Amino acid sequence: MSKWLRNIPALAVAMAGAGIFAAAPAGAKVEGDTIILGSAISFTGKYSTNGIHASNGYDLGVKRVNEMGGVKVGGKMYKLKIKYYDDESTPARGAQLAERLIRQDGIKFMLGPYSSGLTKAVAPVTAKYKIPMVEAEGASRSLFTQGNRYIFAVLSTSEQYLASSIALAAEIAIKNGRKPTDLKLAMAFENDPFSLDVRAGVMDDASKYGIKIVIDDKLPRDLADMSATLTKVKALKPDILVISGHSKGAATAARQIKEMKIDVPMIAITHCEAAKVIKKFGKATEGFLCPTQWAETLSYFGAYFGKAADFDKLFKKTYKGYKNVPYQSAQAAAAILVYKEAFERADSFDTEKVRDALSATDMKTFYGSIRFAKEGNNIAKPMVLRQIQGGILKVVAPSKWASAPVVHPRKVPGM
Amino acid sequence: MDNLMILAQAPVINVQLLLDGFFIGAIFALAAYGLALVWGVMNVKNLCQGDFVIMGGYIAYVMSEMGIHPILGLPVAIVVMFGFGWFIYRIIIRRVVGRDMFTSLLATFGLAIVLQQLLNLVFGPEVQTAESGFEIRSILGGMVTVADIKFIAFVLTVVIAGIVVTFMKYSRMGQAIRATAQDARAAKVMGIDTERVYAFTYALNASICAASGVLISMIWVIQPFFGLAYSIRSFVIVTAAGLGNLPGVIAAALGLGFAEQFGGFILGAEFQQAIVVGMLVLVLIVRQVQQSRKRQAVV
Repeated sequence: MSKWLRNIPALAVAMAGAGIFAAAPAGAKVEGDTIILGSAISFTGKYSTNGIHASNGYDLGVKRVNEMGGVKVGGKMYKLKIKYYDDESTPARGAQLAERLIRQDGIKFMLGPYSSGLTKAVAPVTAKYKIPMVEAEGASRSLFTQGNRYIFAVLSTSEQYLASSIALAAEIAIKNGRKPTDLKLAMAFENDPFSLDVRAGVMDDASKYGIKIVIDDKLPRDLADMSATLTKVKALKPDILVISGHSKGAATAARQIKEMKIDVPMIAITHCEAAKVIKKFGKATEGFLCPTQWAETLSYFGAYFGKAADFDKLFKKTYKGYKNVPYQSAQAAAAILVYKEAFERADSFDTEKVRDALSATDMKTFYGSIRFAKEGNNIAKPMVLRQIQGGILKVVAPSKWASAPVVHPRKVPGM
Repeated sequence: MDNLMILAQAPVINVQLLLDGFFIGAIFALAAYGLALVWGVMNVKNLCQGDFVIMGGYIAYVMSEMGIHPILGLPVAIVVMFGFGWFIYRIIIRRVVGRDMFTSLLATFGLAIVLQQLLNLVFGPEVQTAESGFEIRSILGGMVTVADIKFIAFVLTVVIAGIVVTFMKYSRMGQAIRATAQDARAAKVMGIDTERVYAFTYALNASICAASGVLISMIWVIQPFFGLAYSIRSFVIVTAAGLGNLPGVIAAALGLGFAEQFGGFILGAEFQQAIVVGMLVLVLIVRQVQQSRKRQAVV
């Protein structure tokens, strides 16, 4: 009897183990008439806001595709569904959960998590199991230099974020009869993979035009004060000031640019929209150039959602409490559309065939054109540059999509 | 080196850096003084110091969102965080006072993580600010700007520090705190309720931190995970100044403020924090050398 009792825990473990193995084949990629996509994404932790934006985008994409009949594979209509886990905004947990989705839940088609860091943690896992992943929220260049055949990103890579601002500055200089080589550039970038990628893009363009870099500061991750850098800006009077450090960098920069009355003709900052700089710092942000992956004012058009503006309307109707639709949501919805078309072109659920179909994607959507390079990044969609004009973000570059001319030098009321 | 040349050519830049360093240092001094209190009186190394600062900041933020001027958050934050500090003492810190160093380090580190995550759950991970709406002045031909809020923050810092010092010197509780810091057992024998003294000290620390947090929310930005930077700075300052040495804390805090500003200017922002930690290492080495010269018996 006592021997039996002693064995109970061992028995329980064994049964639980058997349960896991038994469950694995049952929860496969396609259940009945449903294709299950898997994603570990940030519902809690420091990326929770954007994680939720992204998952809302995924969900709306799924809803739309299902409403339009679903996905047709082998002459049969399938519905889409997503299995989510919360990665708590930590890369280690993300990798663990990706492993769980693939091995335990039998997921064969993955959607990306939020942020480059998390995507970097998940990508090797999906590559190891040869499971394709369409991701919408990891922009770091380094994601596409590892020879990973199973990653596809619908968004523009991070080195393009601010590069267009340099070209714009050079263009304006030439128009005003100045040589681009006379321009002085000040840079302040956070010391993280994303911002350093942005910096690399800016550096490339600066050297292309022969623009002189006078400040090159790297901001620590939790620095809430960049007055030392801005004091330098004041002293050296550059023609262009570019800053990238996620929302906190944008908020800090906007606050201190206002406070120190920094008067630079061109200021370009990433994430100004996410940091709500217009609402918080008002007129002092006038003329800031803000790159974005997508804007509802763009004239992009595609099946499923129609125009960019239509997506905007539908999203706001579906999810209450959104004043502006974040681009994080738009690109997530676009990722679902990419999967839908790839399934239909592959006409199979074989992961290799779907991978090849993904690789051959060439489509126009409300989010812009999507065509993948061999490395998996989208090369068909440009980054858009918007400028804060009269408290509103207006597209100013590239000129094909521009809705207003760029104001240069920036004019700040009352300064 | 180029940046050093700028300082030499345009001396007016030095004024900006000095002023900024001065204002920053004054606010650091507040949080550091709170740490010196808790460390000196209770021998608890409070790793959630910075998170108390950020909590104070969020109180100001909430008030400004409600349409109340964030500077009025100062008394509110002081009162609320006093109560919160007392509460935390009763449920956690009470159990680690008098234990070995690692117990208090681990307990307060855990507390810091819990506080960060709670703030994140309530307010979300976005960076927030509280707008004071005060004037920004340009002096010396526009080359130097001083935001009024920084100046006001400085004055308030001095006032708060003055109140705390007077309190410690002349009030019954202040005297009891100092007696307990000198010798807890003797204080107990003399009839001082040391348990109450500890609770009060910890609560007072939370208040002081919150006050600096309110000022920080109006000068810089706050975010649930920004506390650590303030904890580290507090530790550097207190380690450099020594416990129970208020003038030392102020001098060290101002020194750190200057070092950060000039270091950031000359070497680049990436070295700003390296300077803080580098100074800590330097202080520890100097202290070690001093100690070994004295040949004191280690207790």
